[in-house]
This record gives sequence, C-alpha cells and structure tokens, in this order.
Amino acid sequence: MKVRVKFKKEGSMRFIGHLDVMRFFQKMMRRADIPIAFSSGFSPHMIMSFASPLGIGLTSAGEYFDIEITEPIPSQKALQQMNDTTVDGIAIVSFIEISPEKKWTGMSILAGASYRVTILAKEDTWEMDISSMLAAFLAQPEIVVLKKTKRSEEMVNIKSSIYEIKQGMDSNSSQLVLDMTLSAGSRENLKPHLVAEAFLTFIDKKASNFFYHRTEMYANVGSDDAKELVSLESLGREII
Amino acid sequence: MNQLALSDEILMGVEKPARYIGNEINAVKKNADEIAVRFCLCFPDVYEIGMSHMGIQILYDILNQRDDVWCERAYSPWLDLDKVMREKKIPLFALESQAPIRAFDFLGITLQYEMCYTNILQILELGQIPRYSLQRGEEDPIVIGGGPCVYNPEPLAEFFDIFYIGEGEVMLDALLDAYRESKTKGYCRRAFLELATTIPGLYVPMFYDATYFEDGTLADFKPNLSHAPKTIKKQVIPDLATAPYPLNPIVPFIKATQDRVVLEIQRGCIRGCRFCQAGMVYRPTRGRPVEQLKRFARDMLKNTGHEEISLSSLSSSDYPQLQALIYDLIDACKGKGINISLPSLRIDTFSLDVMSKVQDRRKSSLTFAPEAGSQRLRNVVNKGLTEEMILSGVGQAFAGGWTKVKLYFMLGLPTETDADMEEIAHLAEKIAKCYYEIPKEERIGKCQITISTSFFIPKPFTPFQWSPMFHNQEYIRRAQVVKNEVQAQLNRKSIKYNWHEADLTVLEGLMARGDRRVSKLIIAAYEKGCLFDSWSEYFQFDLWQEAMEETNIDLDFYTMRTREKEERFPWDFIDIGVDKSYLWQEWQQAQDTLLTPNCREQCSACGATCFGGGVCFES
Repeated sequence: MKVRVKFKKEGSMRFIGHLDVMRFFQKMMRRADIPIAFSSGFSPHMIMSFASPLGIGLTSAGEYFDIEITEPIPSQKALQQMNDTTVDGIAIVSFIEISPEKKWTGMSILAGASYRVTILAKEDTWEMDISSMLAAFLAQPEIVVLKKTKRSEEMVNIKSSIYEIKQGMDSNSSQLVLDMTLSAGSRENLKPHLVAEAFLTFIDKKASNFFYHRTEMYANVGSDDAKELVSLESLGREII
Repeated sequence: MNQLALSDEILMGVEKPARYIGNEINAVKKNADEIAVRFCLCFPDVYEIGMSHMGIQILYDILNQRDDVWCERAYSPWLDLDKVMREKKIPLFALESQAPIRAFDFLGITLQYEMCYTNILQILELGQIPRYSLQRGEEDPIVIGGGPCVYNPEPLAEFFDIFYIGEGEVMLDALLDAYRESKTKGYCRRAFLELATTIPGLYVPMFYDATYFEDGTLADFKPNLSHAPKTIKKQVIPDLATAPYPLNPIVPFIKATQDRVVLEIQRGCIRGCRFCQAGMVYRPTRGRPVEQLKRFARDMLKNTGHEEISLSSLSSSDYPQLQALIYDLIDACKGKGINISLPSLRIDTFSLDVMSKVQDRRKSSLTFAPEAGSQRLRNVVNKGLTEEMILSGVGQAFAGGWTKVKLYFMLGLPTETDADMEEIAHLAEKIAKCYYEIPKEERIGKCQITISTSFFIPKPFTPFQWSPMFHNQEYIRRAQVVKNEVQAQLNRKSIKYNWHEADLTVLEGLMARGDRRVSKLIIAAYEKGCLFDSWSEYFQFDLWQEAMEETNIDLDFYTMRTREKEERFPWDFIDIGVDKSYLWQEWQQAQDTLLTPNCREQCSACGATCFGGGVCFES
C-alpha cells in the first residue's frame, strides 16, 4: 500500500538539511513502528521518496514524502505513533493512502508550491501601494533573473513560472509579506528568493532580512494551459 | 521552542548549523527554574566526533535521572564558528537550553585523547571562564575532567578544579550531593573543593604541589591541604550488571561518526598487552549479563530508530557469551533492515559464520592486529597472536570467499630491530601466498592486503611507561623500512601500505607522560593558533616547536629518556589498582621476551583483585 505523509518543519528545524531530514524520518519509521516496506537486495533500504527538498533556512507547513507499507495501519494510529516520537518543530500532519501507480508519486506529479515570504525593511518602510506594484511587476513582458547553480550562472525569464503573487495579510510598515505560488517539480522549479529579489529590484528597495516559509505543494489536475492546482494531500484518503 | 543562541545570519553562514541547535531525539529538556544543579558535559572536539562517544551518553543519562540536575552538552565550535564567536564575543552555550555555560554549576570535560588539549583552552575561552582554576570565582562553574587522559592529568592540572579518576557511575552522586550540601551551608568555592577531596576518586589539583630535582624529574608530589589524600584511588563498578546504561541515547540529526546503537558488552581486557593503557587502567575485566544485553539492544534500537548496532569492548572475542549474543541480535534484526556491525573478532568457524550472515563478503574485510611483525616482538608486547593463528584464519576466510585483509601494526616498539619491521612485509606476503595457492578458477580476482602502521607511544600505567621514544626522522625511517620491504615482495601489487604521521606522535608522547610544567606549552601553542590538533589538516607542528622553544620545554626530556626504576612519575599519586611493581615486572618480562598468561588462564597478581569483582572472581 502506498502512503503519503505530510509534515511541518518549523522553528530551529529549518537548519536541518534535506539529507538529514530523510535520515530523521528513516529512524522515525522504526521508532514509530510504521510497517514500512524495504527494497530487496543485500542492503535493503526503506521505500521512501520526498516530493521536493526544502532548502536550509526555510520553514514549511506543507512537506511531503511517499512510502510503501507492508500492511495497513489506520491513519490516526500512525499519526499518533509518529508524533509521539518526533522533536519540537517537526509535526506529522497527515498519513493517507494514495494511488499505487508510479505516475502519482509526489515527485512525479508535483507542479507547484506556495510560499509566504516575509521581507523586513532596511532603512525606509514599506508604506507604498504594494498591490499595484505587484500588478506592474507581473505585467512586464518578461522577468529576467540571474539563476546560479553549482555549475553555472545564466539569465532566465521566470515570468511563466510565477503563477500568483499577492500581498499577505500580515504586511505592515516594517515587514512586507508576499504570498506566492510558483512552479515546482522536475520540469521547472522556481525558488522564492529569486522572485522576492526580482520584485525588490523592480521597486528599488532594500531589505534587511528575508524569511521563507513554504505553505503547500500542489499537483496540476488541469492542463498545461488551464492549470488546476490541488494540494498533494487532497489526492489520497484516510486509512480507517 | 527555544530561542537559539546564534542568529539566523550566523547559522546560515557556517558549515552544518545543525551542530549548534540541539533539539535532537532523546535530548533532555527540563525547566531551569526547578533545577538545583546545572551540569554541562563537554567533548572538546567537533559535534560529530563528540556525539559518537558513548561515555558522555552514559553520564548524561545518569545525571538527568536526578530531578535536581539538568545535564546538557557542549562541543568545540568548528573553526568557522569559532572565528565568529570571538569576533562577536558570543559566549559558548549548551545545546539544550542554548544558555551560556559560564552560568552553569559544573562544566564536565571528557579527556579522550591528548591532542584535544588546546581545544580545552578554546572551550574555556569561548565559554568566558577563567583559564586557571585559581583565577575562578564564586560565579564560575566547577570545571571537572574525566576519561582516559586523567590517568595522567598533570599537564592540565592548572586548568581543572577537579579530576574524576575512574568510572563515573560510582561517585557522581556523592559529588552532586556534596555540592548541594555546600550550597545549602553557604560554602565558598574553596570550601567545596576542600570537601571534594574527601570523596574517593576525586583529585583536586590545587591542593597538591610538585617539586623537581635538578635533572628535571619529579622530586616530590604531596598535598598542601592536611586532609587531602596522598593517593587517589580509581573508582570502579565491581558488577556491571548493576550499572545503568542509556537506553534512550541522543540521536543526532547530522551523521555522527558513530551513527548507530553502541552496546557496551564488557569493560576491561584479560589480555595484558604491554603497550595498552586501556588494558591496564580498566582492570578488572567485567562483562554485562547476556540477557541484560539482549534486552538493552532491543530497547535501544526501538528508542533511537538506528539502522545499525555495534558491540563495544576492548576484546569482544573474550566476552564469554558472545555467540549467544550475536546470534540473538541477528534474530532480532532480521527483516528490519538493521545491520549488525561486528567488532573485530578472532577468526574461527563462529566468526566466519556470523560474518557470512551479516556482511557482504566482497565488501567486508578480515581484520588482524598482530601489532608487531615478528613473533619475537609480539612476545615482547605480550600479544598472544601467532603467525599460525593468522594464517589459519585467513586460510579459512579465503576458502569462504573473502579477499580483503587488514593488518594493524605499531612501529617503534621497545627492542624493535629492522628485522622485526621487515617481518611485517613478510607476514603480508605469506598471507598473499596463502590466497594465490587457491586454484585460479576458485579465486575471485586478486586479494587486497592493507597494512597500516602507527607509531607506538608509551602511556602511563603500562609496562612500557619506562620506555623511550624516537625522534621524528627515526619514525619515518622505520616506515620506510617497511615500505621498501613491501616493494621487495613477489605479491607487492596485492599489498598496500599506510602509515601515520610522526610529528603528532612525539607531541602526543610528550603530553601523555608530561608533568605540570607542560601546561605552559599547551597555552603557548594555543595562543599561536593551534586548535583541533588531532585533525591532521589543522595540526601545525611548526607552531608547537616555536612554543616549545619559547617555554623551554625540552621534548627529549619527556620522550627520549629511558626512565629508571626509581623514578617517581607525575601520575604515581593515582592508584589504578594495578601495582607499579607489577608493571615493572612486566617491563622486565618484556626485555626477556617472556609471555604473561591472560587473566582467565592464570592470575598474575597485578593487584586489581582489590576491586572485588570481575574476572578476578570468576572461578
């Protein structure tokens, strides 16, 4: 049976890197007696795959991994057992059965992710009409940023990867909150800092600090042209 | 959740920020307001090394069992954070509460190897705690040291308020009770330390004075406080079955060097190898009951979620119920994706059977530690292993499909000649021959024999404590002798030779048998920038040499002398239970190439029966 686990990563746990989060959950599976399946071979490993790694420094309310289990376990029981053996800052949100088909794994269907970016002002404040600035930002024919990877640096147009940006509720004069939904997954993965920095450049402002919080990850159940994003969590059902 | 001691900006700027945030599985959180005694245990090396050490986990567990104590941890900040903390004057903090350690009641530092001594000065400086015991005031923590290096604590004597000699399980409670009593009675720091001298196993260096002869050797060492004991007796748990063990060890987020459950099956060793300090200072040999270990293994695997378990002892093959234990572990781990990491075992039918069950033959290797190349020298060091035993072991293993052999030796042992060194290469060649005698069609490619040599360092409380060392160049030459002889062998392509650096060796030798005067060298080297000396890439021997010149510390005095029978050693005030006269007798036996039987074959009356337990009382 295939299962999708959703969890939160908050507070100081943002300093735990992706590989260490994977190791953490492998050990948690044993502590929590989750009947997880192993691959065959001389050194079997747990069948576990993460939808998308979260960078060091980011918090999240919507992280996912898929596992295979050898016998059913009720969602509520699994949740309880996992949350009994976790640490402050990592909480399991849901444990649901998903389709066994390979094309439905979190990694393959991931199409978008939403973020809450909190930007602290440097010298001056955010007292300006952010909404119209955002509209103007998105109305540009193209939004070109410098994308750095370990191997190369290139100028890319990220406009089509930005699905939505709006000003968040908690904005005030000292902090600007941007809620954004960006493309994610293997085809086009846009990181929120590129968007935040491009927007600051556009409005010619400087920030003293940024906080990035992933709020959810989505699959696209519509088409490429008419996207219909639904949370990865909504593609499964509770195990009773 | 806790406020972290370091800002986001700092944490994002350093390598592996997870080293500094605590919050691991099984880390203990308590309410500081309800705690009488704050204790910080410190391993003066980087987090991943320190978190691999079982001793700290044992003490952490014992201390936190007490409702009136909150025990936390601290490690050496890595060089990147060290720099930032100095620049921004951030005080070193404990991981659990993220509170500065200078506000704690106790700072307990484990002394696992000599080359961490500069890191102790780092901990004190970053901790904003005065370096010298005598400079510390009422608000400063009591700095206490423990671990193997306390069997000669003298080079560190001025930096510590107390050294705990022996196994922590025995007297920690008495120490904490005395501390609480002192607080209740309003004792000052000095009065508490005076009280501490009455607790067995506690050495309070400020109450002792050393004087020296003109030739530099120790003339006298005695207490300057009337009731302080002249000798400090090592503390030992006679029956390990009664000793607590941490069934909920902390599980780090980042991969520690030992990322596994470590099950301590026995303490001490029956063998009596003459170079081995652990073999003498941890006497008598005591095992845990096998049924207890089976239970501990299950509980610890469940409580940590680790995917591997290993057994810890000085010589696992000598644990009487080893077969029962390992077969039980294999059963317990079956189908759960849990590996059993085998200790190095004497090669026989049993060990080959378990190795074939838990290891991949193509990847795993056989390990032997003959320590010396020739039988003569193996007799000198009292290593019972013979060439016949090694060859019959590898013969069986090669027939069973193994192709990799690792051999560990020491160079620079007392009485060693070039012929002894060359025998190392010859032994490897014989092993290779043994492999190539197997018909070609039954072999799986070539065999791989790896020889590793380290340089022997005489340690306190061993029969070799009287032995001289050699100069750097001589160590290098000895390694060269082995290298050349390996090159001269027919099967040289199947033999790989690794050797250790020599500079570290002589310095470690100096620290190991140093006295109180060596402390100024440690300070001078630290102030020149020496830190993480056990990391070869950061070890700066030239700075140590400068420091020796400036502080007039004569390396040769500490390392090159053959010590006389009459010489009083800086560590002689410690009573490890094994008599100095026994060690001397063993030193003479070594000169005469005579073997001493192991503790189970025959008692050699070393003195360790005084502890009233273990192998001494088995039959």
